[in-house]
Amino acid sequence: MSRKLLLEHINVPGINTLEVYRQKGGYRAVEKAIKTLTPDEVVEEVKKSGLRGRGGAGFPTGMKWSFLAKPEGVARYLVCNADESEPGTFKDRYLMTYIPHALIEGMIVSSFALGANTSYIYVRGEMMPQIRILEKAIAEAKAAGFLGKNILGSGYDLELYVQPGGGAYICGEETALLESLEGKRGNPRIKPPFPAIAGLYGCPTVVNNVESIAAVVPIINDGGDEYAKIGVGRSTGTKLISASGNLVKPGVYEIELGLPVEEFIYSDEYCGGIANGKRLKATVAGGSSVPILPANLTLKYANGEPRLMSYESLAEGGFATGTMLGSGGFIAFDEDQCIVRNTWNFSRFYHHESCGQCSPCREGTGWLEKVLHRLEYGHGKMSDIDLLVDVSRKIEGNTICPLGDAAAWPVASAVRHFRDEFEWHVKEPVKCLSSNYGLANYAVPIEKQAVAEEK
Amino acid sequence: MLKVEEQQPVAFSSTLLASFDEIVMRYPVGKQKSALLPLLHLVQAEFGWTSVPAMDKVAEYLAIEPIEVYEVASFYSMYFLQPKGKYVLEVCRTGPCCLVGAEKIMSHIEGKLGVKEGEVTEDGLFSWRGVECLAACGYAPVLQIGPEYTFYENLTEQSVDELIDNLRKK
Ligand SMILES: Cc1cc2nc3c(=O)[nH]c(=O)nc-3n(C[C@H](O)[C@H](O)[C@H](O)COP(=O)(O)O)c2cc1C
Ligand code: SF4
Ligand code: FES
Repeated sequence: MSRKLLLEHINVPGINTLEVYRQKGGYRAVEKAIKTLTPDEVVEEVKKSGLRGRGGAGFPTGMKWSFLAKPEGVARYLVCNADESEPGTFKDRYLMTYIPHALIEGMIVSSFALGANTSYIYVRGEMMPQIRILEKAIAEAKAAGFLGKNILGSGYDLELYVQPGGGAYICGEETALLESLEGKRGNPRIKPPFPAIAGLYGCPTVVNNVESIAAVVPIINDGGDEYAKIGVGRSTGTKLISASGNLVKPGVYEIELGLPVEEFIYSDEYCGGIANGKRLKATVAGGSSVPILPANLTLKYANGEPRLMSYESLAEGGFATGTMLGSGGFIAFDEDQCIVRNTWNFSRFYHHESCGQCSPCREGTGWLEKVLHRLEYGHGKMSDIDLLVDVSRKIEGNTICPLGDAAAWPVASAVRHFRDEFEWHVKEPVKCLSSNYGLANYAVPIEKQAVAEEK
Repeated sequence: MLKVEEQQPVAFSSTLLASFDEIVMRYPVGKQKSALLPLLHLVQAEFGWTSVPAMDKVAEYLAIEPIEVYEVASFYSMYFLQPKGKYVLEVCRTGPCCLVGAEKIMSHIEGKLGVKEGEVTEDGLFSWRGVECLAACGYAPVLQIGPEYTFYENLTEQSVDELIDNLRKK
């Protein structure tokens, strides 16, 4: 069994209550930080841990914290990103549902480190049940003296509030989230200035994912150095992986970074293999925004070495033959799934969720959706396949926020790895309506194509 | 389709206004606009949708322009700008859910309720629509029902039938 830092006590009855959570060692990190450490020392531990943001971008959390501006007399804010809307990702909901105090405790320690006296947890509006759970946990923590005025007699004050969103994927992007928290439409801001300088209400602000903040608790309890011993290379610690799709046991798993992908998919400790005795066709390893990989490249690099669940290993091979860890939304496709249909579905999603500020994203996602729709329904032309690549290239890198890239990459990678399946949809416009391309040949042309793509 | 007076007159109860007051306290002085999204949720929970008169009243309460409320309500997917059934079945239609049968569940619901996506059943009880990933992909297919957003996971045609029949009996 691998080490569990976040989910160790998930099955303990009553762990959602403060009482049981404390019996299992909860709120030690608050006591330790507030009574024995200075805010800068807490930041230092997080830096030493090597923790990287769990929301998708993987930016080192300690470094992000140290960028926070600290002008005299100006409020600072910590905002937790619990918008969790990336298709394939459901770990934050899981954590908040079952161990809400892990997030509350992390918020207290992190707010203390940043010198924030008011912090918000921005939860997507659809998670009303989780909002109630968090509000109850906050009330418990406040009654126990871990929140409010003069926490544990230290003179440090903190108020913590839960803010519901209104249903919009784009509000997961941190500046759109801040706009939304200010009561506006979720239009991402042009950066710079970054939130660390001018965030919520124009004040210095840190935005962190639920899992990043929860990870601060074991980091403070055990020390940053201990945390950094887990994992591989610059991928330290444990990571929650949301596993979905055609798996025997989909669900949320806490892994030590560096676990072989093959073990994650096939071992009984994790996903238990592909459901219904089918074969694996492809995976999207880090949420819908990362490139899709065929089965062979999921398990191994192009050179045949085994691929691991880590930031670096999943990215090995770049866009030609690699992908990204992203938010850890691991989606498995069995041999009966249609890559064209799934790519169309994702494009429809991004078109629906584009905030509409930038033309390449607003128009481009619409084009991708339309072209993929006609390919899927047997009205496509061969030239449509290159059109998809062309449109995705024109979106990529030309937009205010990364949603544009997130919409482009899945399409470009699907065409790169499964071009024959797209061509089959053009050549077999009737057959493709009633049957699927299946597994045939899916993995063969990769190396050759990869070289052509790089130029 | 159900016909409802589009311009329903609204009166905010003192209980509702008290919860407004409590929410506004969460933000710094002068930043009361931050309360807009939470307030609209409360309004929708009370009246079933966010009508123009209700939005106008929210604007008045927050001392902002009505357009600031309309533009927000129309941007986010959770606010209904039209009346809906008492129960709105919102089925996830995004990729991972489709891998395990979400599309079949949606057409089953359409058949069972006899109304198209977004419409309201004759008795005013039900609407349904496809929504994007609900962060429950491992328990797919899934649907949610507001205003408490109760989740129903690992749906089958039978479990959907039972759910609808039970709601009808309520
Ligand atoms: C379109 C888009 C959606 C995003 N959605 C989320 C989300 O739901 N949750 C999240 O934590 N981060 C999301 N992010 C990443 C955030 O912008 C930000 O990087 C993150 O919250 C920072 O926290 P971390 O450093 O702890 O990962 C999203 C980014 C983009 C561009
Ligand atoms: S890239 Fe898309 S979602 Fe992001 S700001 Fe531009 S239009 Fe909005
Ligand atoms: S795709 Fe349906 S809940 Fe995520």
